[in-house]
Order: sequence, then structure tokens, then C-alpha cells
Amino acid sequence: MNNASNESPLDVDDEPVPAMQQILDNPFLLLFIGIAMPTVLYIVWGVMEIVGIPVAK
Amino acid sequence: MAVNRMFRTCPSTGLVYHEPAEKLIRWNAVAAVVSLLVGGILALLVTLTRWPAVHLLPPDWFYLVLTAHGLDMLVFWIIFFEIAVLYFCSSVLLRCRLAMPGMAWLGFWLMIVGALVNNVAVFRGDSSVMFTSYAPMGAHPAFYLGLILFAVGALIACFVFFGTLVVAKAERTYNGSVPLVTFGAVTAAIIAVFTIASGAIILIPTFLWSIGLVDYIDSLMYRTVWWAFGHSSQQINVAAHVSVWYAIAAVVFGAKPMSEKVSRTAFFLYICFLQLASAHHLLADPGLTSNWKIFNTSYAMYLAVLASMVHGLTVPGAIEVAQREKGFNRGLFEWLRKAPWSNPSFSAMFMSLIGFGFLGGISGVMMGTEQLNLIIHNTIYVPGHFHATVVVGTTLAFMGLTYFLIPTLFRREMMFPGMAKWQPYVFGLGMMSFSLFMMGAGTLGVPRRHWDMTFAGNALGYEFPGTAYLMMGIMAISGLAAVVGGIMYLLITVGSVFLGKKIQTPDFARVAARDGVAPKPVPQPVAVSHAGIGTAGFVAPGTFVLALVFLTAFVLYYFVNWKYLSTVWPLS
Repeated sequence: MNNASNESPLDVDDEPVPAMQQILDNPFLLLFIGIAMPTVLYIVWGVMEIVGIPVAK
Repeated sequence: MAVNRMFRTCPSTGLVYHEPAEKLIRWNAVAAVVSLLVGGILALLVTLTRWPAVHLLPPDWFYLVLTAHGLDMLVFWIIFFEIAVLYFCSSVLLRCRLAMPGMAWLGFWLMIVGALVNNVAVFRGDSSVMFTSYAPMGAHPAFYLGLILFAVGALIACFVFFGTLVVAKAERTYNGSVPLVTFGAVTAAIIAVFTIASGAIILIPTFLWSIGLVDYIDSLMYRTVWWAFGHSSQQINVAAHVSVWYAIAAVVFGAKPMSEKVSRTAFFLYICFLQLASAHHLLADPGLTSNWKIFNTSYAMYLAVLASMVHGLTVPGAIEVAQREKGFNRGLFEWLRKAPWSNPSFSAMFMSLIGFGFLGGISGVMMGTEQLNLIIHNTIYVPGHFHATVVVGTTLAFMGLTYFLIPTLFRREMMFPGMAKWQPYVFGLGMMSFSLFMMGAGTLGVPRRHWDMTFAGNALGYEFPGTAYLMMGIMAISGLAAVVGGIMYLLITVGSVFLGKKIQTPDFARVAARDGVAPKPVPQPVAVSHAGIGTAGFVAPGTFVLALVFLTAFVLYYFVNWKYLSTVWPLS
């Protein structure tokens, strides 16, 4: 393990983090996107189409 | 409860192992290899039955063995190993403690019990429903229960992985973004959560149906939701084995990704679109509209394919740059000729990359096109495709990673190093040929899953051309070669782990959280100079040429299939 002293405020990089990097650095946001997109586009849309098939008389 | 803060540092690799994480990685890897052993024996029996000249098993045994083979290989071997990869990419690569080891063990034992219950159900003989277990074909309740228990265990493991990311961030064991390999594992874990949730949505009602609490399972509904589980489970593999490619390139060559941004964006495309490719299994199903089919398999899937092509370009590109910087800078391919082909980690990884791209990738795009899918739907082409992606792509990459892990994780010297040099070639080339000839036979219409391709004694028999029988024979011989490669892998790994000479390393010692804080990053130059390497302004010209060869093969194969489609049903 590395021995490192705690960072002082001066050590903090003040360059803004790009928006896309902020998204990619947030695993829980990615988890939400990765579940929501296939759920809506594949499962919900697919199930709606099946439910909408007319029943034979 | 006291938090276990016992760590050790591997002196040869510098990797830091948390005590519970190390144990869990080992146990998951061992469970994976045991599943591979069982699945491999069953693979031999399936191959010898589908070889028309041998036709080993009677039909009831064939369907039983094929069901068990599919589950042990596609679910248990792969997912146990993937959980080991998730813990490795989080705890080890981020140099932090594993979150909630108790929950991780609970997940592991649920997976073990689930795998056992499922296997027992299949080997009882009343659950020969194939990997897909399409309703209304019913299996014993234990079949579904085993899968559900396994899925719950794997889901717990995924959340332990996410928890470990939180721990690493809170304890500041890394700076900035997680390493690219860990980001690939994040992608795999996200796809895994969707996959397992989809499995729960369909397998829980099917289990209730099997015990009589639910009256009816709609077959199209089952197929639609089941494939969100069945195909996405193979997409976890894609994200995981691509991460392994990056890891092995870094370990063997010290290769750095050509562009972290591009590689991360490619993983992001996987997160958004990869699971949608599940729809290609339903392209021949009535009931679902072309809008749904084409959006999911074409527009969305092509973005995931784009991501795979990005990885397929950046991994060898990074290796080429690293090799050229070491002085292998002559011509287009000196970097490749002088690569360490006798290092099984590298040879396995590189063949995984080539096989996955040229065989699995191109055939996957062809199958995912609604019209072309009609040529090969439900033929043996489909297992040909997924043996190229899952076995050549994933299994071979995982084998390559194992050779790296034996000394550092298990602290054992590798046994049979001479055999290890050859193992990836025997297994990889055997499996590539196996997949290729499966796809060839499938293009001629040979059905998948069917016990007897001659349909002997059936009212609607079909006379396949002699070429189809020839291809099935070559496929089987190639399969036998791959089985030999699998036996070599098992001999090396099991022998090394249990009988290999111990490597003495410093043992675990307590490390306080403050001592685990990552050091302040050293400022890096914004643009890395590659002056003096490459040709004609390209830093990786060899990879560029390989990419052009790939694209040419891709375009030719795609359009040849359109031509072939036009001849399937002559209109006059």
C-alpha cells in the first residue's frame, strides 16, 4: 500500500471536470441508464406489442 | 463488526489483495473451472452425437446432455468466472477492501446451491428443456428454482462490486476516474443487473407455473422476456472479456489505451445498446412488429457493434504502439511477429480478439439483420456464432487471464509450462474451426439442437447435400481438438492450483485506511508524443491495415448473404 499524506486544499485540481466524464465517473447513473434503456426499448415496448395482439375469436 | 483490513502485496506484480477478496476470487474461479469441467465432458458427448458418422447418444440422453452443457457453460462457468473478474477489477485494481464480504459469501453459496439444484434437476431426466426452456415446455420446478437461486446470488455479487467502488472512492484509494479495466467491469456489472432482473421477471412466474400456482405462461411473452436474460447474459461476457483484453495488453506489454476517452465511450455504448441485441432471437417470431425488431437489432445493435469495433481497433493498436516504442518498428507487422507468442496469456487474448471479431462479430451482424436472419434462423449457424463469441471470445480470454492469475493470486508456480504454450492454440484453433464449420453447415440449413440431421423415419424428411455432412464431420473433429485444448487447460490450472510449487510471498498484514490513500497523481503531458514510430503518419499502421482487412471481410460477407438470400426461394 502507498503511504500518502492527506491532501491539502492547494492539492485539489481546480480544472473543471467535463460533463461527459462526470457521467462516466458515476457508476450509479450508468446503472440507471443501463437498466432504463433496455427496459423501455426492449421489454416494455415488446410487451406492449404482444399485449396489443388481437385475441382470436 | 470489525472491518477486515488485512492486505498483501504481490511482489512480482505489485497487485494488492484484500484477504476476503482474494478468497472469494479463488473460490469463484475454482467453481467456474469445475463447471467448465462438467460442461466440457458434456460438450464431448454432444459433439460425438452431432457427428453423423458417430451419432453416439440416444435422443433422450442427447437432449438431457445438451441442456446441461448449455447451462454449465453459458451460465455457471461464465458467471462464476465473471464474479471473480468483478472482485478482481474492484478490490484488487482499486487497492481497496471488498465491501460486505459476508454478503459476498452469501451470494457465492446461493450460486453454488443454485447451480447444484439446477444440475440435479436436469440429470434427473425430466428437465431436458434446453438452455432456453421455452414455455409451454415444462421442466421440474427445481430447474427454475436453481436458476433463480443462482441469479439472486449473482445479483448480490454485483452489488458487492458496486459497494466496493463506493468504498474505494470513500477511502480515496484511487485518483480521478477508475482504471479503464475497472470501467469495463462496471459495464459488465450493469449489464448483469439488467440480465438478472429480466431473468427474475420471467423465471419466477415460470417457477410458479411449474408448481401449479400460475395457470398459463404466454409463449411469446416468455420468449421476449427470457431473451433479455438469455442473450444479455452473453453480453456480460463481451464487456468482461474486452476488459480482460485491455488488462492483458497492459500486463504483457505495458500497453496504454490509444485513447481512454474513446475506449470509455465505447463501453458507454455497450451500457446503452448492447442488451437490445437480444431481439435478434425473435426476428422470425410473428406478433412483434418490424419497428421493434429493426430498432433493437439494427439501429441500436449497430451502435454496440461500433463499440466492439472500437475495442477491436484500440486493443491491438495499443499493443502495436507499445511494441514499436520498444524498437519493433520495422514494416507493418514486425510488432506482431515479435510479440510473445509463447506466452499463453497473450496468445489466448490475441486469438480471442481475432476470433471474436472475424467469426463472432461479423456473423452476429448478419444474423441481426431481419431479412438475412431468415436464411439461418434456428439452424446450427446460431450455435456456430455463439461458440465464436462466447467460447473463442470469452472462454479463451478467461483462459489467458488464468495463466496470469495462477502465480499472483494462487501463489503457485504454473505446472506444465510447455503444455501451456500450446494450449491456447489447440483450444482456440479447434474452436474457431468448430464455429466456422457449424456456420457453414447452418448456411446449408442443418438444424440446431436436433438429434438427427437426417430426420430418418420422419414423414417430412429432407435430403441435405453431401457438403453438409462433410462440414458436420469436420466440425466434430475440430470440436475434439478443442476438447483436447480444454483438457490441457484443466490439467494446467487444477494441477498448478492444487499441486504446484508454492511461491513464498509476504503474508497479509493490517493496513489502516489512511495508509491506503492513493498518492497524489503525477501530472502527465496532455499529448503523448509517439515521434519516431509508425509509418506514413500512422502510429499504428499495422492495426490500421488489419482493420481494413476486417472491414473488407465484413462488407463482402454481408453482401454475399444478401445475394444468397435472393436465391433461397426462387420466385419463378
